[in-house]
Amino acid sequence: MSDLVLETKNLVKHFPLTRGVVFKKQYGAVRAVDGVNLELRRGETLGIVGESGCGKSTLARMLVGLETPTSGDLFVQGKNMSKVGGEERRRGRRNIQLVMQDPYTSLNPRMTVGDIIGEPFQVHPDVVPKSQRRGKVQELLELVGLNPEHINRYPHQFSGGQRQRIGIARALALNPEIILCDEPVSALDVSIQAQVINLLEKLQNELGLSYIFIAHDLSVVRHIADRVAVMYLGKIVEVGTEDEIYESPTHPYTQALLSAVPVPDPTLRGQRDQIVLTGDVPSPADPPSGCRFRTRCWKAQDICAEQEPLLQIRDKSGHPSACHFAEVRDVVHATE
Amino acid sequence: MSDLTSAGTAVGGGPVGGDGPVPNQPATGGKERSASLWADARRQLMRDPVFVIAFLYILVVGSMAAFPWLWTSQDPRDCNTNRSRLSPSAEHLFGTDILGCDYYAHAIYGARPSMVIALMATVAIVVVGGLLGLLAGYHGGWVDTIISRVMDIFFSLPFLLGAIVFLTVIKRQNIWTISLVLFLLAWPTIARIIRGSVISSKDLDYVHAAKAVGARNSRVMFRHILPNAIAPMLVYATIVLGSFVAAEATLTFLGVGLQPPAQSWGIMISAHQVYFLEDPWLLLFPCGLLVGTVLSFILMGDALRDALDPKFR
Amino acid sequence: MSSDVNVKLDALPGADPNALPLQVKDLHVEFRTRNGIAHAVNGVSFDLRAGETRAILGESGCGKSVTAQAIMGILDSPPGFVTGGEILYRGVDLLKLPESERRKVRANRIAMIFQDALSALNPVFTVGFQLAELFRKHRGMSRQDAKARAVELLDLVKIPAAKQRVNDYPHQFSGGMRQRVMIAMALALDPEVLIADEPTTALDVTVQAQIMALLAELQRERNMGLVLITHDMGVVADVADRISVMYAGRVIEEAGVNDIYASPAHPYTKGLLESIPRLDLKGQELSAIKGLPPALTNIPPGCAFNPRCRYAQEVCRKDPAPPLYQVSPSRTAACHFWKEVKGDE
Repeated sequence: MSDLVLETKNLVKHFPLTRGVVFKKQYGAVRAVDGVNLELRRGETLGIVGESGCGKSTLARMLVGLETPTSGDLFVQGKNMSKVGGEERRRGRRNIQLVMQDPYTSLNPRMTVGDIIGEPFQVHPDVVPKSQRRGKVQELLELVGLNPEHINRYPHQFSGGQRQRIGIARALALNPEIILCDEPVSALDVSIQAQVINLLEKLQNELGLSYIFIAHDLSVVRHIADRVAVMYLGKIVEVGTEDEIYESPTHPYTQALLSAVPVPDPTLRGQRDQIVLTGDVPSPADPPSGCRFRTRCWKAQDICAEQEPLLQIRDKSGHPSACHFAEVRDVVHATE
Repeated sequence: MSDLTSAGTAVGGGPVGGDGPVPNQPATGGKERSASLWADARRQLMRDPVFVIAFLYILVVGSMAAFPWLWTSQDPRDCNTNRSRLSPSAEHLFGTDILGCDYYAHAIYGARPSMVIALMATVAIVVVGGLLGLLAGYHGGWVDTIISRVMDIFFSLPFLLGAIVFLTVIKRQNIWTISLVLFLLAWPTIARIIRGSVISSKDLDYVHAAKAVGARNSRVMFRHILPNAIAPMLVYATIVLGSFVAAEATLTFLGVGLQPPAQSWGIMISAHQVYFLEDPWLLLFPCGLLVGTVLSFILMGDALRDALDPKFR
Repeated sequence: MSSDVNVKLDALPGADPNALPLQVKDLHVEFRTRNGIAHAVNGVSFDLRAGETRAILGESGCGKSVTAQAIMGILDSPPGFVTGGEILYRGVDLLKLPESERRKVRANRIAMIFQDALSALNPVFTVGFQLAELFRKHRGMSRQDAKARAVELLDLVKIPAAKQRVNDYPHQFSGGMRQRVMIAMALALDPEVLIADEPTTALDVTVQAQIMALLAELQRERNMGLVLITHDMGVVADVADRISVMYAGRVIEEAGVNDIYASPAHPYTKGLLESIPRLDLKGQELSAIKGLPPALTNIPPGCAFNPRCRYAQEVCRKDPAPPLYQVSPSRTAACHFWKEVKGDE
């Protein structure tokens, strides 16, 4: 149990839709995250995948404290963050740090790299004594593979990949145990992407970090994640080890998602099981009844509209899936 | 994999360091700098000839306003109708006006009211407009609603008409009342600029990043949000200084601004408008000074905008 | 789509129907900026056959989009200038045509779709109006006929309820549907060549699959040449026939799709392939290419890739840049050591 560094129980975030300026009246809600249960163990990487609008970014913002959950609980090392207050909460928060997607907007252009990476020390003055902060910042720069002498430069003097390293150094400043990476490589060029992924893996090995890795690129997630959760319209539809999700997916959405990812191997052209979904993702303000995927699902029956499928182990594949008709289908490899 | 690759990936590729020129570096970025953005901006401005010329011009006009006796030993009120409307000469650089006063001295002493009015009104709109804009943008909700509605009301007043009506009604046309009317009619613009920039900064990634490391509101506000608002405010204030100098002259010309025996460029223009055909210099000198001042302020504002944008460096 | 309206288009003087629909020869483009001259494209050549898909693969700043803009004649000029080379449509050098002729070619023979459909469509007109406008301008159709054709086109790109949606504004469409609208606009006048600049980069994977399938189908039906500009090695493997890999404004490798993926002959191509994780492989090691692409204002002498290359020798650091060596009858690579690169599996 002590192995569990982070856990969420039925985490929900609804954004109210209101009318009127002075007298606000709520007429609905965008159900961005609608009851998510996650577990993260020490030293592991949990990948969260899904398409835009599935709620993965809102989930990330709740985990790092940028957004207050509408309901549900977030446990960091066994402590319920919504129950503890003041100092203990700040300490808990300190344990989860964030690496953002866009290396161009996530660094304040008016601050030097030293000030950016050193900002967490000013916010939490007890972590590193003032006299040692500059040295610590330079250590961090070196740790992420940047030249410590560049401490006085501005972000615009760095390339995208180097900026992402600065963002990673900032996230490491407070010695957190958990790093939440929100699409950390999707804004980078292919050749730079691998550098950053390798850096993240190296840091995990050296510092024993746990990662929550949110991405829409399923290939990257497969590479880095130990376990993977697939989200659709605010809910987790399937969760399992990397092997279980990629080799034997059981939820139709997971299967469609995986089959849509092109594999960089022309000999596989036309050899894989292709599922082309029709239609668009429904609005999270008005999700379908029952199973949320049913409007685009080729397996949908009456029961899918009436009864919401729970995320539970359903067949011999041995991992939870939220589909009444869960069954394994290999969509990643050539069919023959 | 060959070992050369793993050398490259040991630190994940790392900075280019020794093995080639560092790309994506602006020409000036090579050397180490610990200077702040403001120092960089100053350095860039001092290299910009347009800014330097405009700045020198404003310095000249400013010193005319502050220390007119440095520029002329003549008394602009020492008039003699015998020498009415003399052409420019060594003795009277700008000639003399209709009443036979030295026109150059008048022009020098006329700088003060224009500059004082523009300065007072600008300081007032920056302080009041800036504060209200900040409040509206940062708090949002009903605070924003109220401030924005008040701004809308002031916006709906036509500038010239509003000023004329106001000054006509209160019947006291001095430096104070003119500054007041310019302030009243212009503060919403700056408040709106600040409000907009605060609102857009509130949602910036690096503001979220600061919050995610646990930064408190005051830190987020002053370290990350306000600096974004200061640059556009400074730029606008510089430009507005120029337009207030012009506005003062306009109101005076229309007869609702400063009144003789006060001395200002506006009075010079309005008093001599009818002599343009016979003695054009009576109009050209004050108009030239006025246009030069307004233009200088606007050019300074433009240069400032470029200098304060970190992306241009 | 009908060919009845295409009659008056065949008036381009010198056009040879048997020549290739698109041929780019030694194209040079530079940008004259405050910080110096950026050499965005430095001698790019490629051919495109009818019905063929040519992928131009490269990372941001390699010059692939600039090449497309130069072909279309929509380069921002200044600061961009085509400083050399030829762009041949059916044997006619487009760079020598007057702007009025060029415009006709642009709309009718060579069309383009962009990454960001929202900014490529005019937000203040309905998509139906924008489509109809094309027919009225270029085909002189009546308002009614044009509108009917607009609906047909939306049907063609599989937009559901095309009759109603034709009256919608671009922002009322989802990302994928908007991309379909842009494809419809590009195909409206039956072009022989379609240039697609990162057409699916902004889209989710499931939508990307839909759009690529649609493009492939339309291409097959019309025997249209497709220039696909992208950085996505997966998409390229799925759809391309031939590939030109670009780096720092040059084509550094050119080959058929199977050759490139099976045995890359340039270290950069090889590095790219080794640096991308694969969906169907578990726990493979990623070997990153060290360093960064050069600034286009400051391209290193010799081979532009030499500071990042593990094969680099003294000869690679000296001008001239390596020429395109003939690796096999149908492929070329701009590397002095292509034999080692290719053999070093």
